Amino acid sequence: MLEWRRRREPSTAMLWVSPLIAIALTMLLGMIVFTAMGYDGFHAVESIFLTPFLEPQRWADIGVKAAPLVMIALGLAIGFRANVWNIGAEGQYIMGAVAGTGVALLTYEMTGWWILPAMALAGVLGGMAWAAIPAFLRVKLQVSEILTSLMLTYVAVQCLYYLVRGPWKDPDGFNFPQTRMFTADQTLPTVLEGSLVHLGIPVALLLAVVAWFTMEKTTAGFAVKVVGLAPAAARHGGFSAGRTTWATLLLSGALAGLAGLFEAAGPFGQLTPQFPVGYGFTAIIVAFLGRLHPLGIVFGGIVLAATYVGGEIAQSTVRLPQAATGLFQALLLFMLLATDVLVRWKIGWKRRAA
Amino acid sequence: MTTAILVSILMTLVAASTPILLAALGELVAEKAGVLNLGVEGMMLCGAVAGFAVAFSSGSTTLGLAAALLAGVAAAMIFAVLALSLNANQVATGLALTIFGIGASSLIGAGFVGRTVPRLGPVFPAALSEHPWLRVIFGHDILVYLSLALVIGVGWFLRRTRAGLILRAVGENDASAHAIGYPVIAIRYAAVAFGGALAGLGGAYFSLALTPMWADRLTAGRGWIALALVVFSAWKPGRLLIGAYLFGAVMTLELQAKAAGVNWLAPEVLAMTPYLATIAVLTMMSIGRRTGRLDAPACLGKPFSAT
Repeated sequence: MLEWRRRREPSTAMLWVSPLIAIALTMLLGMIVFTAMGYDGFHAVESIFLTPFLEPQRWADIGVKAAPLVMIALGLAIGFRANVWNIGAEGQYIMGAVAGTGVALLTYEMTGWWILPAMALAGVLGGMAWAAIPAFLRVKLQVSEILTSLMLTYVAVQCLYYLVRGPWKDPDGFNFPQTRMFTADQTLPTVLEGSLVHLGIPVALLLAVVAWFTMEKTTAGFAVKVVGLAPAAARHGGFSAGRTTWATLLLSGALAGLAGLFEAAGPFGQLTPQFPVGYGFTAIIVAFLGRLHPLGIVFGGIVLAATYVGGEIAQSTVRLPQAATGLFQALLLFMLLATDVLVRWKIGWKRRAA
Repeated sequence: MTTAILVSILMTLVAASTPILLAALGELVAEKAGVLNLGVEGMMLCGAVAGFAVAFSSGSTTLGLAAALLAGVAAAMIFAVLALSLNANQVATGLALTIFGIGASSLIGAGFVGRTVPRLGPVFPAALSEHPWLRVIFGHDILVYLSLALVIGVGWFLRRTRAGLILRAVGENDASAHAIGYPVIAIRYAAVAFGGALAGLGGAYFSLALTPMWADRLTAGRGWIALALVVFSAWKPGRLLIGAYLFGAVMTLELQAKAAGVNWLAPEVLAMTPYLATIAVLTMMSIGRRTGRLDAPACLGKPFSAT
């Protein structure tokens, strides 16, 4: 008989192997589910998980989609470690883009190198401001940041709709609900000539290294971990839970806001009602796939970005609806949470009672 | 004339409140057993799409409701296996369930967008249900009466029955309940399943009663509002009823303002009111309480393992 046995100490090997097991299980389960639904399950899984990596012309697209996911997930993961559950990153992402676009519309007839940095700063501040609301309510009034940050996402979406349909509508845009296109000085430069690869990709990688250094090598990073793991010890150690809540929420808001601005000033080049694509929610999966570790998150971001790219491929190869991508991502998170059990428990043959 | 308007406003109010009331009642029971299931929105969407699909193919709204209930329970069981049997983080598992519900409902619903089903009709005969003003009381569908009966039923169960006492014990002190010999995990499974069933029915209320036409993500965050209402109610069914109808009133105001062509307020501002109201209510609750989180079940969201 097989039985579960608790490990004396959490397994470090399983900590890193279990996400790979989760991906394998997701592929298997996806194959079964989509075959049962009447699609070509095998090719659906191949298109979503393998084709994006095997065809080099897709790599730029993976990078473009991974950059915002990594940036948002880095901030979220630091919060999750401190038991601060910011699940409204999507709203902070939108408000970052909105604030940055505000600067873009103000500087529409100007030129200069300073315009893009000013937009980025506005993006950071926009995301921070939106995250400051749940931070204030949690620290001062003990209101759950889970519910408030999520509610604010719906509010942010309506703000975006209002602006692009109303005051910010492009006067030369044939009445379409969208802003002006950004000018050359307002657009994120590409890193590789003639490709989609924009500045956001190296910035995301750099931020991952900075986040890793902060979490592993500084007192601030240590404080975050202690507050999350042992709140009582943190109080004795002089680490303030309130300050940690403020810091992690503002940081994740800042990163989500910057990611939003990069997306607006990069792939979109303007704001439209189609701007929110759910990166703020998918980034939660990225954070867990990456084990809340900055370098793991880079890996997680690439995998989830590939499922977006692969989802588009599967739409044409096996006529899989776009919604299938979301279902795959949810299955992946289920599998991640399920395989987590392997870190603390192991399966073995039942021993005779001694 | 004014009676007619008043009656129609009251009918809208009841219809807007019912799905949140159902979902919130289910979540209240799960939370009383110590389980924080943030997947309400996902379970509602599973119920909404299953109810619609079955009602569409069978032509029977009753079968649709049964399917919605089962779909809600099935979704809740995914949560239960991960969070209760495998001890996964409850916040993360609930989020996963919501992401799953969004994906599954829009995948299954993709073929139904814009299709319609017969609307869930009133329970009482036309003489009562279409009476100019008696219809305020007799003009509703089965889920409205069910939700009101359940407020009383759940309140009675939790406060007056032995089973309810055991369920509360599991939520307040799982270790002691286990030591006395109660099956903590099994009781939590049952509570989560009940929550799933009611969330499924609440979801089906959108696709079968409010607008019997399929639209993607038609619950629009109501599952999250239901979660907030449980906090607002301080885990008491009676206050939950008041809260759900207050929210129904906010949403009715939004609809009425839209219908009356209020143009000094942008439609987007109206659309964000339920969410702003939720934040405002949560904030006022906290200011009013001041005593910390004493009302919440003590073991809420904490994993339990017997070994």
